[in-house]
Amino acid sequence: MRLRFEVKNHSLEQYQYSLRLSVSTGFILLCFVVLLGRFFYLQLWKYDYFQTLAENNRVSLVPIVPNRGLILDRNGVTLAHNFFVYTLEITPSKAGNVEETINNISQFIEVSAEDRKRFKKLRQESHSFESVPIRTHLNEVEAAKFAANRYQFPGVEIRSRLFRHYPLGNLGVHMIGYIGRINEADVKALEKSEDISNYKGSDHIGKGGIEQYYERELHGITGFQQVEIDADGQAVRVLSSTPPVPGDNLVLSIDSKMQDIAEKAFENHRGAMVAINPKNGEILSYVSMPTFDPNLFVDGIDADTWKALNGSLDKPLINRPIRGIYPPGSTFKPFVAMAGLQDGRRHPPFSIGDPGFYTLAGSAHQYRDWKPGGHGQVDMQRAITVSCDTFFYGLALEMGIDKLTSFVSHFGFGKKTGVDLVGEIGGLLPTPEWKWRRWKQRWYPGETVIVGIGQGYTLVTPMQLAQATAVLANNGVAMQPHLVSSIQKHNGTENHLMPITKLDEMPLDQRSIDIVRAGMVDVTKPGGTAASVGAGASYNIAAKTGTAQVVGIKQGAKYNAGSIDERHRDHALFIAYAPAEDPKIAVAVIVENGGHGGSAAGPIARKVMDYYLLGKEPGAATDASKKTEPPTPEDAPHD
Amino acid sequence: MISKILDRLKTHIDPFLMGCISFSCIVGLFVLYSASGGSFERVLSQLLNILAALTIMWLAANTSPHYLERIALPLFVLGLLLLLGVALFGEISHGARRWLNLGVGRIQPSELMKIAVPMMLAWYFAKREQSLRWVDYAFAALLLVVPVGLIMKQPDLGTALIIAAAGFYVLFLAGLSWKILIGGAVSAAVMAPIFWSLMHDYQRKRIEILFDPYQDPLGAGYHTIQASIALGSGGFAGKGWMEGTQSQLDFLPERTTDFIFAVFGEEFGFLGNALLLILFMLLIARGLVISSQAQNTFTRLLAGSITLTFFTYVFVNMGMVSGVLPVVGVPLPFVSYGGTSLVTILLGFGILMSIHTHKTLMSTS
Repeated sequence: MRLRFEVKNHSLEQYQYSLRLSVSTGFILLCFVVLLGRFFYLQLWKYDYFQTLAENNRVSLVPIVPNRGLILDRNGVTLAHNFFVYTLEITPSKAGNVEETINNISQFIEVSAEDRKRFKKLRQESHSFESVPIRTHLNEVEAAKFAANRYQFPGVEIRSRLFRHYPLGNLGVHMIGYIGRINEADVKALEKSEDISNYKGSDHIGKGGIEQYYERELHGITGFQQVEIDADGQAVRVLSSTPPVPGDNLVLSIDSKMQDIAEKAFENHRGAMVAINPKNGEILSYVSMPTFDPNLFVDGIDADTWKALNGSLDKPLINRPIRGIYPPGSTFKPFVAMAGLQDGRRHPPFSIGDPGFYTLAGSAHQYRDWKPGGHGQVDMQRAITVSCDTFFYGLALEMGIDKLTSFVSHFGFGKKTGVDLVGEIGGLLPTPEWKWRRWKQRWYPGETVIVGIGQGYTLVTPMQLAQATAVLANNGVAMQPHLVSSIQKHNGTENHLMPITKLDEMPLDQRSIDIVRAGMVDVTKPGGTAASVGAGASYNIAAKTGTAQVVGIKQGAKYNAGSIDERHRDHALFIAYAPAEDPKIAVAVIVENGGHGGSAAGPIARKVMDYYLLGKEPGAATDASKKTEPPTPEDAPHD
Repeated sequence: MISKILDRLKTHIDPFLMGCISFSCIVGLFVLYSASGGSFERVLSQLLNILAALTIMWLAANTSPHYLERIALPLFVLGLLLLLGVALFGEISHGARRWLNLGVGRIQPSELMKIAVPMMLAWYFAKREQSLRWVDYAFAALLLVVPVGLIMKQPDLGTALIIAAAGFYVLFLAGLSWKILIGGAVSAAVMAPIFWSLMHDYQRKRIEILFDPYQDPLGAGYHTIQASIALGSGGFAGKGWMEGTQSQLDFLPERTTDFIFAVFGEEFGFLGNALLLILFMLLIARGLVISSQAQNTFTRLLAGSITLTFFTYVFVNMGMVSGVLPVVGVPLPFVSYGGTSLVTILLGFGILMSIHTHKTLMSTS
C-alpha cells in the first residue's frame, strides 16, 4: 500500500519537475534572445554610430571644474573669491629625475626654498601621475621664459588654475575657513557621500568654517567636454560640452567692518567673541583669537609654517567659539536667576543677609563669596548686579540640580547650537546621571551649590554663551543661530534667503524677565560689576561679568593676579545685550587669562555694540570719554 | 598501464561537458592575452587557476552525491559562521569587508556559500519531500535570506545576487507554488513605486544612473558607455584578435575581469558573441539534461540549481556589459581573469558530473 503511494507520488513529482525544468528552459531561451537582440542592436543596427565613436575614441572626456562660489559679508564685501594664476607643474611619473628637473627649471625661473618644501610635501600626498605645482603665481615674463624652453622639460607644464583668495587675510578665518588640497581622507568622505565623480578635476576642498560646511553649495557641478585627441594625446577639437554649474555664492550675516573692530579690540589677547541678532539668530561677528592667514593653505602650506601654527602655545588653529570650552563662571547667574524665579523662588521682597560665605547644613566647608565680608542685604535684582555668590549658592541647592539643569538647558546649554559650522562641541551641563555614567560616582550637594555660580563641571562654548544670551534677550524665544543669511544661485541671479527658524520657546513670566533685566542693566551702571563698560553709553546695556578659574585656589588662600603666570590667570567672561528694552544685539566675550570680565572682556563688547547700534567706530573720542570716568569701587578685580 | 590510469581519470568525467569547458577556457585565455595588452604573465597565472579549478572539478566528480548530501548541513553551518566572522572581524579591501584571515591565509566565505546554499536547500527539500507544506518553503526562504543579507552588507552585490538566484532556483524547482511566485512578482511591481517615493534623492539618482549611464558619464556611467562603444564598434565580424581599439587604448575599465566580454565582443563581433552564447547554451543544456535524469530529489534539485546559476553568471555579465542590466560585479565564466570564481564554477560542474556518473551505482545499492 505504502509502496504504491510512493510510486504514484514519484511520478507526479517527476511530471512537476519536468514542467519546472521546461519553464526554466523557456526563461533561459528568452533571456538569450534578449541578449542576442541587444548584440544585434549594438553591433549591427547602430554599428556606424559606435564605429564613429570608437574612431574618435580618440574621444576623451575632460572634466571642466566649476568656479567656486564667492563668500560675501552682509554688505557685499568679498571675503573669499577666485582668480586665475599660472602655475608651473611637474608630473613626477613623466619627469624622470624630479630633483634634477627642478634644478634645471630654477635656471629660468626662480624657485625658492619654500617652493621646494611645499612641492615635497604635496608630492608625498599625491599619486606620481598627478601633476604637482612647483611654482604658483607665475608672471607673464616667467611664463614666456618657460614656454620658450619647454622642450627641455618633459612632464613639466604651465597650467592656468583657479585660485582661491581671501582678500581680508586673517579676518574671520575661523568662520570663513579655507580650502586645501584634497587628501585621502577627503576622497574617502567624497566616495561615501557619492560626490566623488563631481570632483574629477577638482584639486581643492573646503577645510573648516563656511568653506567646509557649505562645500556642496560652494563647489558647483563639474561639467565635461568630449575632446578629440590626436595620436600624442593632445586635444584637437571639442566635440560636445556640458558646461559646469558654478558654485553658489554665500552671503553671511557678518559685517566685515564690525568683525575687524572686534578682532582689533582683542589686541594681543587670546579669546573668542560671538555677537548674535537675538530676533532672528543671525550671527553678526564671530571672533576667534589669535587668527592666521587662510591664504597660506590654498597653495599648500609648507611644513615649517604649519609646524609653527600647529605647535604655537596660543593655539591659533583652534576654532574657539565652537570648540573652546570654558566654565561660564558668573555669566551663568542670570540663567540660574531665571530658573529660580520661574520656579516661584526668590521673588521680591525675598532677600538674604550675605555674610560673605555659604555653608551646607552639617558641614564646616565655607563656599566663599568673591567679596570678603559679603554684600550685606541682597535681593534677586541686586544679587545679579553685584554678582552675589552666596545668594546663588543657596538658590541652586534649594532648586536641586535636576530642576536647575533641565530649565537652563532650554537656553541651549549642554547641547550643540547647530550653527552652520563643522566640528561644534556641545559643552557640558552636569547632572547626577551624567556623573554616574562618566565617573561612576554619586553626586554631592556641594556640587549643586557651585553650579549656581557657573563653576564645577559646567562647561560652555562661547557660541553657546552667546546663544543663551540671545535667548535671554529675546524673552525665552530661541532662534537658530546661523552665519549664512542667503545663498545666491547661478552667478547671483537668484537669491535664496536662508530660513529663519525658531528652536524653542520658554514660557517666561514678564515679572521674572523684568527682574533679571533690571539686575543686568544695573551691572553696567555705577555700583555694578561692569560700571565702566556702560559709562557714557547712550543706550542701556544689560550685561553680566564672569571669571573662570584656570588654576584652583586653596581654601583660605587669596588669588593674586600679579604673582602667577600669565597663562594661569583667570579667564575673563562677559555677556551683554542691548538696547536692554528692545535688544538688537547679544554678545558673549571670553578673554583667555584676561582676569576680570568687566575690565578685560566688557570693553570689547562695548566697541562692537557701539558700532552696531550707533555706527560709531572706536577712536580717540570714546577713549577720552572713558578715561575721564573714575573707576567705581565696585568695579572690582574679581566679580 | 597508462591507459588504465587514463581510464581511472576519465571514469567520472562527462566528455561532453569536459569538451565544452576546455574549449571555453582556451577561448578565455586568448581573450585575456589580448585584454591584458599581451601579457604572458597574466595568461600563465590564469592557466594555473584553470588547472587548480580543474583538479577541484575532478575531485568533486569523483565524490559520491551521497557524501555531498551528508555534508550539506555542516557545510552550510560552517559557511554561515564564517560569514558572521567576516561581518565581525573581516578584513576590508577595496571598501568591502569580504575576507576572513584565518592565520594561514585569507578566505572569502561568500564564495563557499555559492555551493553550500543550494546544497543545503536541496538537502532540506529532499529530507522533507514526503510532507512538504508551505511552512517548509518559508523556512527554506529564511535559510536563503540570512546569508544573502550578510553578503549584501559586506557589500558584495554580485555574489549576493548569485547566491539569491541559486537558492531561489532550488525553491522554484522544488515546486514553490505558482500562486506565491506570481503573487510575489505582482506585489514587487506594486511596491516598487512606493519604495521609489520613499527613497532619498541621491538613492534615486543612483538607480537612475544604473539605467541611464549618460546621466553620469564621468562616474558610474563610464563603464557602461565605454563597453557599449567597444561592443558596437565590433560590428558583425569584429576588429580581429588583439585589434580592438577600445580595449588596447585603455578606454575600457576592468577589461580583464568583469568587463572582459566587451573586449571579446569588440574583437570577435556579433558572430563571436553568438558563437559564445551557443557554447554556453550547450553547457546549460547538458546540465539540464543531467538534472532531469537525476534519480533522487537532492541530486535533481542540486543539478538544476547549479545549471541555472551558471546561466545567471552568463546572463548577468553579458547583460551588464551590453547595457541591458545595471552594473553588478559578476564575472564571465571561463573568460574573466581570477581564480576564485573559476574554482566555484568548475566545482559546480564537477558536482554535475558526479551526479550523472554515480547514477548506476545508486540504483543498484
